[in-house]
Amino acid sequence: MTATYKNDFLKEVEANVEDGQWVKMCMQCGVCAGSCPLGPHWQHSPQKIFMMIRAGKREEVLTSDSMWMCTSCYNCIVRCPRKLPITHIMHGLANYAHRLGLAPKGQPTREIAKLFWDNIVKTGRVNELKFSLAMYFKDGFGQGVKNAMAMQGIGLGLMKAKRLNPMEMLGGHTCKDKGGIHKMIAKAREIEDRRKGLSGH
Amino acid sequence: MSKKQYAFYPGCSSQKGASASNFLTSIGVMCEKLDIQLNEIPDWNCCGASIGYGEGGELPRLVLSARNLALAERELPGQEMVSVCPACWLSSRETVDRLHESESLLAETNEALKEAGLTLKNEVKQRHMVEVLIEDIGWEGMKKPVVKPLEGLKFAGYVGCQTNRPFGIAGESFENPQYLDKMVEMVGAEPVKYDQKVTCCGGALAFSEPDKSQAQIRQIVESAYDHGADMIVTPCQLCQANVEIYQSEINKKKGTKFNMPVVYYSQLMTVAYGGDAKQAGLDGQLIRAEQLEKIASKK
Ligand code: SF4
Ligand code: SF4
Repeated sequence: MTATYKNDFLKEVEANVEDGQWVKMCMQCGVCAGSCPLGPHWQHSPQKIFMMIRAGKREEVLTSDSMWMCTSCYNCIVRCPRKLPITHIMHGLANYAHRLGLAPKGQPTREIAKLFWDNIVKTGRVNELKFSLAMYFKDGFGQGVKNAMAMQGIGLGLMKAKRLNPMEMLGGHTCKDKGGIHKMIAKAREIEDRRKGLSGH
Repeated sequence: MSKKQYAFYPGCSSQKGASASNFLTSIGVMCEKLDIQLNEIPDWNCCGASIGYGEGGELPRLVLSARNLALAERELPGQEMVSVCPACWLSSRETVDRLHESESLLAETNEALKEAGLTLKNEVKQRHMVEVLIEDIGWEGMKKPVVKPLEGLKFAGYVGCQTNRPFGIAGESFENPQYLDKMVEMVGAEPVKYDQKVTCCGGALAFSEPDKSQAQIRQIVESAYDHGADMIVTPCQLCQANVEIYQSEINKKKGTKFNMPVVYYSQLMTVAYGGDAKQAGLDGQLIRAEQLEKIASKK
């Protein structure tokens, strides 16, 4: 259980966060801090986050908005002199904070990541139309209509170019072995949750 | 000449009626000309893309890619697996590497795969289509079918992130890869030198953080204009979609007059190889690539 780590956040990260065992290798050189495309919008750069983990700032790290600013550009990974898999650690921290229910509520990337995952595990493949609609309507019906209207020109353009299919509403692309995929994902989640002591959440 | 055979992983965005379906059209024609046979992996699934981590975590995400690998092993034995989508390629390659590094992770993956009636030995080599072109076909081989050089056209080669990092195309630098410019030259056009070749378009955050991502996209398009490009060319579906689709939004918000076509390398090659506009998927552009259409319609 996560409670075991109360006094040692670094140990908790090493055990429960994807590639977390790398955090202690950071030498605080600062190269990664200048690598994020949305850099000015990161309250804490990856470098700072690694420092905060070592300083035991559990609450501050897990409730941070910063990891959700990661665009998966992999600039940091190829530049880090210590070869830390920074991208994966950011993803891992975001996922861990999300699963613990500590990630900021309403954080847009967090919400969209969930919608996206739910969309793909349903049929095994992305249904772009349903995903877009779910995205526009995530803040309720009124806001959804506004969002959808704002993007209407683009949507119609894509349909005309045969790059968005209105028929996807009726099912769309799907894998044949949906049942197998559901069971497989459920099993994988069960194994991972058991390993990370997340089953109660 | 006998065709080269590959297990093909098209990915979600390339499906019929999806956002990059025109990419796949041109890939098909290009491969036909180059004697490449792509054998679609039966019942492949989504790779989880770059944003799958939020809800999916590590193992469920690896397992998604592992299912494709296991299907390729079983259904298309001995064939290397080729992706045209950087996110698909990256996820698959990452999965192969991680499962090679950790026996316990491979065992857990197989425990989950069993639920879908599959097992993974982890023996399939992962390739990006660009690697197949450069390494298996070669620059001479790619040039041979050119019948209509794209003379006079100037392209800003936009490599973006995930085709380039963390793996990249063998022998290329992360900060200034050359292969896309070489491809532009190979089809008889001119690559422009500009400073946004590997800038991030915002990726999946174009959906969730539209303003922040559009600032990225604006930089890329602006620089392409400033350096005299007629069009942007890219190997990435997400780059293509983001950089093309949001130009009209940026115009609305910022008063710019962006109208720069964004095409794929395979569309350039298809036109240079004598394909028509439809074969090159040019009917799928939101911002029409009129100069390419003109060359494509020339007899
Ligand atoms: S680049 Fe690597 S070593 Fe340097 S601060 Fe970032 S994570 Fe630490
Ligand atoms: S991959 Fe994420 S953490 Fe790394 S440089 Fe890009 S945005 Fe920053």
